Amino acid sequence: MADAHAHHGPDYLEHHFETPLQQFDAAKLGMWIFLAQEILFFSGLFVAYFIFRSWYPEAFSVGSHLLDWKMGAINTVVLLFSSFTAAMAVRSSQLGETKKTTAFLAVTVVCALGFMVVKYFEYTHKIHVGLLPGSLFNPQGEGVEELRAAVEAAYASGPFEGTYPYHLRSFFGIYFVMTGLHGLHVLIGIGVILWMIVRNQKGAFTKDYNTPVDMTALYWHLVDLIWIYLFPLLYLID
Amino acid sequence: MAVEAGTAAPAAVENDESNYLTAKSGLKSWALTVDHKRIGVMYLVSVIVAMFLGGIMALLVRAELMFAGETLMEADTYNQLFTLHGAIMVFLFIIPSIPAALGNFFLPIMLGAKDVAFPKLNLGSFYIYVIGTVFTLIAIVAGRIDTGWTFYTPYSSRADNAVIWMTLGVFILGFSSILTGLNFIATTHKMRAPGLSWTRLPLFVWGIYATSVIQVLATPVLAITLLLLIMEKTLTIGIFDPALGGDPVLFQHFFWFYSHPAVYIMILPGMAVINEVIATFSRRKIFGYMFVAMSSVALALLGFLVWGHHMFTSGMSEYSTMIFSALTFLVAIPSGVKVFNWVATLYQGSISFETPMLYAIGFLILFTIGGLTGLFLGILSVDIHLHDTYFVVAHFHYVMVGGTVFGFLSGMHYWWPKMTGKLYNEGLARVAFGLIFLGFNITFLSQFIMGSQGMPRRYYDYLDQFQPLHMTSSGGAFVLGFGFLVLAVVFIQSMISGAKAPANPWGSAGFEWMTTTPPHAHNFETTPVITRGPYDYHLASEEELFDGFPEDRAAQGAKA
Ligand SMILES: [Cu+2]
Repeated sequence: MADAHAHHGPDYLEHHFETPLQQFDAAKLGMWIFLAQEILFFSGLFVAYFIFRSWYPEAFSVGSHLLDWKMGAINTVVLLFSSFTAAMAVRSSQLGETKKTTAFLAVTVVCALGFMVVKYFEYTHKIHVGLLPGSLFNPQGEGVEELRAAVEAAYASGPFEGTYPYHLRSFFGIYFVMTGLHGLHVLIGIGVILWMIVRNQKGAFTKDYNTPVDMTALYWHLVDLIWIYLFPLLYLID
Repeated sequence: MAVEAGTAAPAAVENDESNYLTAKSGLKSWALTVDHKRIGVMYLVSVIVAMFLGGIMALLVRAELMFAGETLMEADTYNQLFTLHGAIMVFLFIIPSIPAALGNFFLPIMLGAKDVAFPKLNLGSFYIYVIGTVFTLIAIVAGRIDTGWTFYTPYSSRADNAVIWMTLGVFILGFSSILTGLNFIATTHKMRAPGLSWTRLPLFVWGIYATSVIQVLATPVLAITLLLLIMEKTLTIGIFDPALGGDPVLFQHFFWFYSHPAVYIMILPGMAVINEVIATFSRRKIFGYMFVAMSSVALALLGFLVWGHHMFTSGMSEYSTMIFSALTFLVAIPSGVKVFNWVATLYQGSISFETPMLYAIGFLILFTIGGLTGLFLGILSVDIHLHDTYFVVAHFHYVMVGGTVFGFLSGMHYWWPKMTGKLYNEGLARVAFGLIFLGFNITFLSQFIMGSQGMPRRYYDYLDQFQPLHMTSSGGAFVLGFGFLVLAVVFIQSMISGAKAPANPWGSAGFEWMTTTPPHAHNFETTPVITRGPYDYHLASEEELFDGFPEDRAAQGAKA
């Protein structure tokens, strides 16, 4: 290799790597490190969640009843399924089945969009009825009725007399930050998967080279994993 | 021959790629480069500009404190200046200084790699750094930032909204740091040249590697903390503000969970440089190589367990304070291992005192003082007295400046010939060292005394009894500032009219000296094969340790 620019392998091999295997290994390690930092990023939120929940258990219980667990459950199923299709996309890409890869990636994007639509309805409803974080917390109209039902369900006690835990606002603070950041990750995921579809259609991926699809799927599994924790922690507190 | 590339051949005349500086030209060739060396140089320029800005602010702060009462500026301006000094120095200068600038340049070369594992990501990290910097600059113009660099709540959640710009800037800078760390970890694992086993890894690489691990694991926590603070200020989410049911101490926990490990993000790279310099200038293998390497990893891990020592007076349970205090003492062990091993390396070495070595010796002295005074602060009963006094200020400046900045300057002088291809004026460089070392000690020794007498940090005004010490401290700061001015002259003069540097001006056995000066665009003409460790002077060939020009050697060859 006298000339460093001399071609030293297949087209997809970047100049600073010696072999395709080295390139793949580096990408994989890099991706795992990235996922580790993502988990630590969210871990701060989970710590805040557990601290506030241990301080204000009644607020979290009422808050949880104010969330629509059915919508949460639908979204959980949708995301789990999309993780499956993402994995299938990697498999077909490894087998060199370009069309199938595109199809699986497309289904993944559709699921992700479905997730965001459900989230949109959840958010607009919460905003509409004033179930919001911190000083914005101001239940009105339907919100008051929901609040009444939630307090009664959480305490299984007497009729609602207009009192509810003050720290509900902290619950909604944590709810919006956690699901909002997760939703942002979903949106980024949609963008990346769409880009993968474009590249795949252009024939960038073959049996021998499909690292980007693989890495995208890894990212998508993480997004799924985080939701799997968020769903019970936020929607299913009794 | 240990490294089978690069040592040979005076730069062939028409070979475009033999010098990374001239391989391509034009602004675009820099702005869009993926060459880790050029990216390293761009970082170097950026951090030096940041250091200059932060330094000016420090001098203004010290000028104000020369006399009690109002001297130059109002209290309000003073509050903003010390905040900006801290924030700029920590986030724009110290954290990226050695890893992103010198690390970017030398880590791949020391590994015998052509580049980092992800060159485009590397360029991306640089631009993220630039964007983060722009946000912090907007913050300075947008309003008052007087929270101190720690952005403590509840004050910060109510302070001027410019704090949002500032924390957003630091948030963005954090991702630059995370992605750089990610890149270096993958590079160290996957890009090593044939024969370069972990036990032959230069200790600079070990240090940067340990730093990268902290960058990746700690910085996300700072990111989320600052994001929560931003949300607190914009959406009033009620996480930190007690009026909304939040907890301001939670912010401190989160902040220090990052910022104590960040101390190691700052100091480990300084230590990493010192290893190389001490080995080169005492012509010896680093004593206890594996202990020194592992102590970096140990510091990286222990660093995650001691954040509570910043909060002994913030209201923690007695048991927590005791545990945090005990864990803090453990940090002294790996730090001590390093210092003892360096001293043992010097023992019976054939030492020469060129400027990089002077800074390394300065580092040893100052870091030892900084480290030992840290133990005072780790003692619960003593900390109650010293907390938030100038003693703390002096302590962390001994570690951050005496440690990291001296390490950085040592590395700058040591690698300057390799990076620029030019030599600098050794005499003047020593004068600059003398001024910096002297000025630094005058500035901060007096602060240790003030602090132990109870002078609180960050105060605008003080009692008359502190007048002489404040005056001394300010005087030292101006000597220090003058030293940096001389240093600037040294480097500027070298760039304009410095003599051409040979490939290995210090006669070092380190791998980075085995390539041409300045390095080939791809670091080595062919991938090197490593057959010895970087400090194996007994295994290095005479030719590898030769410190002159190859053409001189050819001329001498006949005689020898
Ligand atoms: Cu600390």
